Amino acid sequence: MHKLSIKQLSDGLHGKQFSSRELTQFYLGRIARYEPSLNSLITTTADRALAQADAADAVIAAGTAGPLTGVPLIQKDIFCTKGVRTSCASKMLDKFIAPYDATIVQKLDAAGMVMLGKANMDEFAMGSSNETSWYGPVKNPWDLERVPGGSSGGSVAAVAAGLAPVATATDTGGSIRQPAALTNLTGIKPTYGRVSRYGMIAFASSLDQGGVVARSAEDAAIVLQAMSGFDPRDSTSVDRPVDDYVAALGNSIKGLRIGLPKEYFAEGLAPSSRARIEQAIEVFKKLGASFTEVSLPNSPLSVPTYYVVAPAEASSNLSRFDGVRFGHRSETARTLEELYKRSRGEGFGAEVQRRIMIGTYVLSHGYYDAYYLQAQKVRRLIYEDFRRAFESVDLLLSPTATDTAFKFGTNADDPVAMYLNDIYTIAANLAGIPAMSLSCGFADGLPVGLQLMGNFFDESRMLNAAHQYQQATDWHLRSPKGFE
Amino acid sequence: MTWEAVIGLEVHCQLLTKSKIFSGAATAYGAEPNTQADAVTLGFPGVLPVLNGDALRMAIKFGLAIGAKITGRSVFNRKHYFYPDLPKGYQITQFELPIVDGGKLDIELADGVTKSIGITRAHMEEDAGKSLHENFAGVTGIDLNRAGTPLIEIVSEPEIRSAAEAVAYLKKLHQLVVYLGISDGNMQEGSFRCDANVSVRKRGTSEFGTRTETKNVNSFRYVEKAIEYEIERQIGVIEAGGTIHQETRLFNPDTGETRSMRSKENANDYRYFPDPDLLPVVVTLEDIEAIRLSLPELPEAKRNRFMQQYALARYDASVLTAEAALADYYETVVKTSGGDPKICANWVIGDLLGLLNKQNLEIENSPVSAADLAGLIARIADKTISGKIAKEVFEAMFAGEGSADAIIKAKGLVQITDESAIASAIDEIIARNPGQLAEYRAGKDKLFGFFVGQAMKATQGKANPEALNRLLKDKLAG
Amino acid sequence: MSLTADQIRQVAHLARLELKPEMTDAYARQLSNIMAMVGQLSQADTSNVLPMAHPLDMYQRLRLDAVTEPNEREAFQTIAPATENGLYLVPKVLD
Repeated sequence: MHKLSIKQLSDGLHGKQFSSRELTQFYLGRIARYEPSLNSLITTTADRALAQADAADAVIAAGTAGPLTGVPLIQKDIFCTKGVRTSCASKMLDKFIAPYDATIVQKLDAAGMVMLGKANMDEFAMGSSNETSWYGPVKNPWDLERVPGGSSGGSVAAVAAGLAPVATATDTGGSIRQPAALTNLTGIKPTYGRVSRYGMIAFASSLDQGGVVARSAEDAAIVLQAMSGFDPRDSTSVDRPVDDYVAALGNSIKGLRIGLPKEYFAEGLAPSSRARIEQAIEVFKKLGASFTEVSLPNSPLSVPTYYVVAPAEASSNLSRFDGVRFGHRSETARTLEELYKRSRGEGFGAEVQRRIMIGTYVLSHGYYDAYYLQAQKVRRLIYEDFRRAFESVDLLLSPTATDTAFKFGTNADDPVAMYLNDIYTIAANLAGIPAMSLSCGFADGLPVGLQLMGNFFDESRMLNAAHQYQQATDWHLRSPKGFE
Repeated sequence: MTWEAVIGLEVHCQLLTKSKIFSGAATAYGAEPNTQADAVTLGFPGVLPVLNGDALRMAIKFGLAIGAKITGRSVFNRKHYFYPDLPKGYQITQFELPIVDGGKLDIELADGVTKSIGITRAHMEEDAGKSLHENFAGVTGIDLNRAGTPLIEIVSEPEIRSAAEAVAYLKKLHQLVVYLGISDGNMQEGSFRCDANVSVRKRGTSEFGTRTETKNVNSFRYVEKAIEYEIERQIGVIEAGGTIHQETRLFNPDTGETRSMRSKENANDYRYFPDPDLLPVVVTLEDIEAIRLSLPELPEAKRNRFMQQYALARYDASVLTAEAALADYYETVVKTSGGDPKICANWVIGDLLGLLNKQNLEIENSPVSAADLAGLIARIADKTISGKIAKEVFEAMFAGEGSADAIIKAKGLVQITDESAIASAIDEIIARNPGQLAEYRAGKDKLFGFFVGQAMKATQGKANPEALNRLLKDKLAG
Repeated sequence: MSLTADQIRQVAHLARLELKPEMTDAYARQLSNIMAMVGQLSQADTSNVLPMAHPLDMYQRLRLDAVTEPNEREAFQTIAPATENGLYLVPKVLD
């Protein structure tokens, strides 16, 4: 049952082959069985899930159900859920019971989905390995000694291990795509502004975007459709109708023009990953797509640009965690200054502290022009690269990550090496374009992902290409051993 | 050695919106603590700001009224510092690209000379909350109701040269924002607050001295005192061989002195950068023209019109146009009563404002409405009552006894215009006072007043004064 | 670009972070490495480039001036560390 697609689950629910309560209990059972080895969830919400399942069963019985009614999911613990702890994997928010729902939580609740729990993640979404969570690292179901990627490591581990059919995730520099690649999943980060950021705890506001990780492009399309749309509570939400992603999946991709950015195939890419991607290119060619090499000359500057812009915004966004109105408050503080410094010193982990300090530094007097302003200018150069590329191609194809999943502790004392994990994914966030990762095979038993990047609001075309590829291949259907 | 003060003022003016600048929480003054602090105001995780359109339009109104350039693409920035009344750890404000760029305000000095004070900029920002130090031992209570209230911060050029000029500027500015309907201007409630940047230099030099900033002086009188104190203090320090430090100072109204705020001494590094949760604010020329059309008549224009249209003296016109509500009141009185504008002005300025001031009432809360006052003036014009009786009626109206007509009727104050009745009253008085009559006829003209008084008394003041005078003169003459 | 332990302490003060003393040197080394990587930005010729604060070429949407948020003080303060009489409490603020 845990290998069924969302469409199959929906058909089963509508056909009364099983109820949402049964389905929910089934997944809660898998969580109870496998979660101890994975640590993919921070909070399991069994009671809430069963109540939602019963409500969904009533809707199905009444004949007013939609395609997601009664289908379980896991929410990344970065999305505020009313009445449920929303920790962002930080000690700072360990006791934070959100008093409101994120817009996407409201939307998916309204679509009838059943929330099983809140997924583990890197603390405040800062990390590429899920080792920075205050609740401990998440294991990769494909190899429990390896990382699942990050920051959406809990979301991908849970879906890859069949603890839920689908999970929400967020992506600031690759946090959906890199973990999806490392766990054989399909993950999509839509265009900036497509999914509301209201109630999604901010890391870097101009880069953050919510999305979904799923076992196929089709599943991702169905859930993304329900998450997307204009939100008047988010000034950066785009007031534009959402395309019918699902309807476009079946289109032929004959004549699709795909660009291969040469900078993304330069040194640093593992040979085995390169080989899997080259095989995938052959599959796309057979499906009628044409390939040309393109250049994104400023892409080597993506990582340095990102590590100015993202920490700058993060240092500002995380100023609100001061121990006064919510969140961790030091018990030893006697003065106001101690209250601030100790609450923040105790509440934030090392990676979060590093990024707050970098951000504070690059915004401070005397450094602003050299770092922050310069990064904003280079950001425009990176954006212009994409704009030019999309004048001649429909999509871009690249690796998602330089290599397959690495072992825990690999980059423990070398943040820069860790940051380079996101070398292929960061540019899409800087430019704001949609991007996704899908599995294209295995190297030494570990999944390899390929990335598709599209023009603004071209999610439909990207999902269509991914779906057509998945119709011609079966990599995405493979599951890790030990989670049957 | 003579010294010259150089003063620049920063005024924080709360905008009169129903809801906050970036959220739908209420802005009403005086609510229970934190009952108007929603998730956005509190800076909860994940919540986002959306700009209040009316706050923007009010800021633009202000800019147009001072002849400023309205910035077509202005930007909100974050200004970072940690303070418990600042929930997010940053204030959303405008930095490099404020909505209002330039402009000026003309002030009138005591000698009647007009001086133009340049305005550097006015930008939009959110207000902070309040720290309450009373009633708690060792702790401070934080009320965030005020946090997020829309403000414009109006920054003047350092072109003010005395405390008196500063007060004239502030009063003019205050009048303007209230006129525009963009602020209630309530200084006690903190709707209109002033920080004064003061430095001194030797007269004739062009360089600026080191300035101090005196914070949150919340009345015109305090501004005057604080600036006067600061000028004297700085001159004293320099003349004694000391130096002025750039610092923030706090005015103490009890002592009339300013003192250094040491806690704000730490060199701040505000780390301004564009707020990524908000997009550039774009205002088109069409938007600006639409707002320009909605501007009310401004104080100077209104004063000049009153002088022309109602033939009022400059002083009277200035008094009547000091507040838009008063000017409206006056114009309603003139229109409704059909009376002489000058007489109407006398009633409003003399009688009405006199009583209002005595009872500390605003024109908006006047117990006598403009229509009521017009009714009274109409009764004088149609000779139902005399001007003297009218004063009595007015006081009764002010005391809430009803309309002019009702009071005139209830008290039987209708003027006696029947000349035979007045004549018989006069005859009786003359008959009763033969001695005074003889003296009058012998040339003691002053006694005329005595007879008028007696006749008024006999008619309970209701005799038409003109008829009474005429008949009395005739009869006394014999 | 290399940061000293003193600079780390300054930045930590500005960000109101109390660092474990034994972490300061590690932070100095790590942040120096990060800033060295970030230093590549100076290679880019950006002389005629406008800064890009945001990926969207849009402008700010305006909200109607209406009170839409009810009083939720009770709910909000149940998760507050310290309150009394509806006020949030902090150690005495001196000025």
